[in-house]
Amino acid sequence: MLYSEKVMDHFRNPRNVGEIADADGVGEVGNAKCGDIMRMYIKVDKKTMVITDAKFMTFGCGSAIATSSIATEMIINKPISEALQLSNKAVVEALDGLPAHKVHCSVLAEEAVKAAVKDFYDKNGISYNEECLKSGECPCVH
Amino acid sequence: MIYLDNAGTTKISAKAKEAMMPFFDEIYGNASSLHMAGQIAKEHLESARTKIAKAINAEPSEVYFTSGGTESDNWAISTACKFGALKGKKHIVTSAIEHHAVLHVLDEMKKQGFKVTYLPVYENGIVRVEDVKKAITPETCLVTIMFANNEIGTIQPIEEIGKICAESGVIFHSDAVQAVGHVKVDVKTLKVNMLSMSGHKFHGPKGVGALYVKKGTPLFNFIHGGAQEQNRRAGTENLAGIVGMSVALEEAVEEIESTSKKLTELRDLLLTELSKIEHSKINGDKVKRLPNNFNMCFEGIEGESLLLLLSDAGVCASSGSACTSGSLDPSHVLLALGLPHEVAHGSLRLTLSRYTTKEEILTTIKEVKRVVELLRKMSPVWDSLQKGGKHVI
Ligand SMILES: Cc1ncc(COP(=O)(O)O)c(C=O)c1O
Repeated sequence: MLYSEKVMDHFRNPRNVGEIADADGVGEVGNAKCGDIMRMYIKVDKKTMVITDAKFMTFGCGSAIATSSIATEMIINKPISEALQLSNKAVVEALDGLPAHKVHCSVLAEEAVKAAVKDFYDKNGISYNEECLKSGECPCVH
Repeated sequence: MIYLDNAGTTKISAKAKEAMMPFFDEIYGNASSLHMAGQIAKEHLESARTKIAKAINAEPSEVYFTSGGTESDNWAISTACKFGALKGKKHIVTSAIEHHAVLHVLDEMKKQGFKVTYLPVYENGIVRVEDVKKAITPETCLVTIMFANNEIGTIQPIEEIGKICAESGVIFHSDAVQAVGHVKVDVKTLKVNMLSMSGHKFHGPKGVGALYVKKGTPLFNFIHGGAQEQNRRAGTENLAGIVGMSVALEEAVEEIESTSKKLTELRDLLLTELSKIEHSKINGDKVKRLPNNFNMCFEGIEGESLLLLLSDAGVCASSGSACTSGSLDPSHVLLALGLPHEVAHGSLRLTLSRYTTKEEILTTIKEVKRVVELLRKMSPVWDSLQKGGKHVI
């Protein structure tokens, strides 16, 4: 098998698929030309700064769908500060590994979370350290 | 399981399998040996050669057995280039949609100083004969254009190209791996110098193929060693494989008309039904294509996830998306049709065989519709298109 059982489970039964109409932050990363786009929606409790809900929509291969699915699970009910610590490595580990040529999907998941948080910060005039929201470069060469 | 990846490989026919069995432990002599066991093997080898020759209207002495389509392509191109280099001709004409067994060999030739012209195929996936004519120069040593494309099934004007090459005195090779056993291939009317074929694409075994080489065409050895195959291709022959391939081809050719009629109907049913999915597109000419080839793009979804979900539903299919090609780019064939990357990622290829049933096709239609809808529901690309984005197809 190309993918671990965990990846296949998240691909076949993706958690938290869809749109949050009144989202507090939305981030979209990737490029349809490269074959992967992730859009992440988050709801944030502005008093506690905890992410109360997250949903995603993804265009991409099996691992792109699985990484976005598990990323939503990993940030729901977490303070934003913790969600920002979510690394692509943690996503790969949570999925029991990804084939080498699919690791970029986990980078995309990390970037999607950061993009959604950045959108939330921007909308609420919250200042932040650019470094924390920096994401790796898209491996796509176009 | 509904197996619709017959351009990838096919199952061995019952007849071919049965014909192969004695060659493992009864007729196991080496066809080069002078003793009785060897001579019996030799007779079977030659009778298989005659069968293959008959299927393409060649002389048996013009058929050389190889390890498959890849070797046949490598051999044909390298021999024509070697001959060309001797005469100081180092230009090759090919198409943009060849199989990697041709394209990657040409990459090697380029390292040796050859220039390659890649002819475009336009929106219908077919090379224009006048382009071939214009591309040939006094430096041209080889024209290599496939008979039928493995992804989109388009059939190239081989007879007309053959005529032009013959008039210009240029060696013409055609990779007919997807065509032999599926559509009529007659080397006499085609005027090809060399033609590649492969057993596993027409219900024969894997790892065996043949190269047709027209009498009088210069032929250098590619694999060196023993004196097999008229001293042209060394190595003890894979007799079981060769016999299996010859029986499979004979059977395929016998049934070619009825198979073609049946598969054209089933393929057109797929095309008609799945074209009803909005924002979809048929890839390649609708008529000048292999009877068993279906290829379409569905906007807003990606091919690998489509394949995985179809596989879960029991349908084995294929796609030209980047993820399935193992590179960042979608297939060069789809891009050559002028499809934008984002559309080419959402391609689906279904290739039928004479064992495919109408029931399987009906189930497949239902499953493809279901999976495309499911994936579009979670696709941000589709969502943006629904909210006023500009559709490409
Ligand atoms: C058009 C074409 N050429 C060459 C090949 C290679 O043939 P084989 O797998 O026998 O080496 C294939 C099959 O993959 C093909 O479809």
